[in-house]
Amino acid sequence: MYSFFIRRVLATIPVLGMVAIFVFFMLRMTPGDPAAVLAGDNGTPQQIEEIRESLGLNEPIPIQLGIYLADILRGDLGQSYFFKRDVTELIGLRVEPTLALASTTLILTILVAVPLGVIAAFRRGTWLDRGVMGFSVLGFSIPIFVLGYILMYVFAMELKMFPVQGYKSIFEGFGPFIHRLVLPSIALSVIYIALIARITRASVLEVLGEDYIRTAYAKGLPRRVVLMKHALRNAAIPIVTVIGIGVALLIGGVVVTESVFNIPGLGRLTVDAVLGRDYPTIQALILVFSFTYVFINLMVDLTYTLLDPRIRY
Amino acid sequence: MSQIQETHGDVSSLVDAAAEADASSRKLSIWERLLQDKSVVIGGSIMAFMVLLSIMAPLLGTMDPSEIDPTYRNKTPGFEKVWTDEDDKEQSWAFRMGTDTLGRDTYSRVIYGTQVSLIVGITVAALSISLGLVIGMFAGYIRWLDGLVMRVMDGLMAIPGILLAIALVSLSSAGLDTVILAITIPEVPRVVRLVRSIVLSIREEPYVEAAISTGTRLHLILYRHVLPNTVAPLIVQGTYIVASAILVEAILSFLGAGIPPEIPTWGNIMAEGRVLFRIFPHNILFPGIFLAITVLAVNMLGDGLRDTLDPRLEKRT
Repeated sequence: MYSFFIRRVLATIPVLGMVAIFVFFMLRMTPGDPAAVLAGDNGTPQQIEEIRESLGLNEPIPIQLGIYLADILRGDLGQSYFFKRDVTELIGLRVEPTLALASTTLILTILVAVPLGVIAAFRRGTWLDRGVMGFSVLGFSIPIFVLGYILMYVFAMELKMFPVQGYKSIFEGFGPFIHRLVLPSIALSVIYIALIARITRASVLEVLGEDYIRTAYAKGLPRRVVLMKHALRNAAIPIVTVIGIGVALLIGGVVVTESVFNIPGLGRLTVDAVLGRDYPTIQALILVFSFTYVFINLMVDLTYTLLDPRIRY
Repeated sequence: MSQIQETHGDVSSLVDAAAEADASSRKLSIWERLLQDKSVVIGGSIMAFMVLLSIMAPLLGTMDPSEIDPTYRNKTPGFEKVWTDEDDKEQSWAFRMGTDTLGRDTYSRVIYGTQVSLIVGITVAALSISLGLVIGMFAGYIRWLDGLVMRVMDGLMAIPGILLAIALVSLSSAGLDTVILAITIPEVPRVVRLVRSIVLSIREEPYVEAAISTGTRLHLILYRHVLPNTVAPLIVQGTYIVASAILVEAILSFLGAGIPPEIPTWGNIMAEGRVLFRIFPHNILFPGIFLAITVLAVNMLGDGLRDTLDPRLEKRT
């Protein structure tokens, strides 16, 4: 078991390294001289040269790559062109809204999608099942921003049940915090719910065909126990895997949702950085998002061994 | 004579019966099976309609989608513009879906937007399938290449697709070709993985081993034995890529990081409509509905194709 843990953790290193190398070359491919941009409009050639020297831009490419990787390991992600401050610091300031939005969405998704999928599997072929599957196809197809605007129009502007846009930190009180997150979380969770409900249904259906389910019924166990103890537990692995893989959808969705609902998180920062051609910030955000994604999937894989003692690598 | 005829009749009726039995037990042809699948029929018809719409855009009562008319800014759907032409005749033009902040006709922009969405979707699918097919076949067949290629693909897949596309667009000036390329790159690794997994399973098949042992050249093995097996899964995968590419293009344009704003795309119309959404929701709602219906249709088509062509695909990916 421990050797599996260690091997699985080590396996993420080449992936992360690859991401870092991609990002490095993207940074080098960008038009313009980063030193000149950092020096500002009034930078003298001497200042530019000093910045070039301090950034290591005069070194050969392989050495630059080495310096870059070492910087990442130290948590130094460079300086924002636009904000003229350390990107790491900038990300620290913007991370809270994104974490809040992602967590509420994740909770909402699991609370809605897993029961929906299980019910659909249990009532296979009924209108309930068809309804869930129909919703799932629909959920995949409605763009987050269209859904976001429809929700905003109906519930915020017409019914005035929620604020239209904006974000309040959790430290300013839980009520206003959650009140502003309801619509964004719903908009963001729909595609994720569609995905998880579908996988849950498929996974439970497969388990329901197993011999031990028939045995469980045959020995007179009530439906509820069969469902919770035998079916769901065995169906859990594909579900948890897809929850992990779906984080990529979530990250893409965060970028859009934060723009629609005017939430000052990492997603908005990404869009602003792209529009302002703030390359160091773009690169840093890609690194942070990708590392988070890889890390979550590592956690998911490690959870397997806890969920299913049969798995031994 | 009559007896002979009778026996002959018997035999022929027997043959007929056998043929009939054979026909009913015979597998339906692919086209027949596709036409029996509801998702394929509905999704396919909507797609055909959209293609027709995009080709016939100039004939559908549209005007120049980029014509700016400051006197008719922000008009609600149905607003009628009335003017007198040189012959003192009264002319009128109804803005079926209203106008945007620059006075452009939203209906014309939405209809012309169909062209861009379909071009992006289909080109991205064709490009990523071809690239993925070539890379995947070689990775699956040449062992020393496999490790290297798959590490690169793993790295690419670790970057969430939309994020990678946005970052790639930011590297160069925005244009249709840049956007298509930026959406294609994140899709390629998924195709490579699919193709590679097919190649790995096919090359264990006895007929491939036989081909190898008789000295068939590599390119012939790939062409004759591996390629045909990738067709069905790639058609299905390609359909899903069309849907996701249309969606990503709209997202990029909507965020302002996509195709230049003067080109009418659904994402651009919505990006334009964002500012005054509270007063004039129509500039977001109409293109939004077109976008959602198109993506829905492509996804339905994909699901139907998967069920009929390649039922195992769902598990494979």
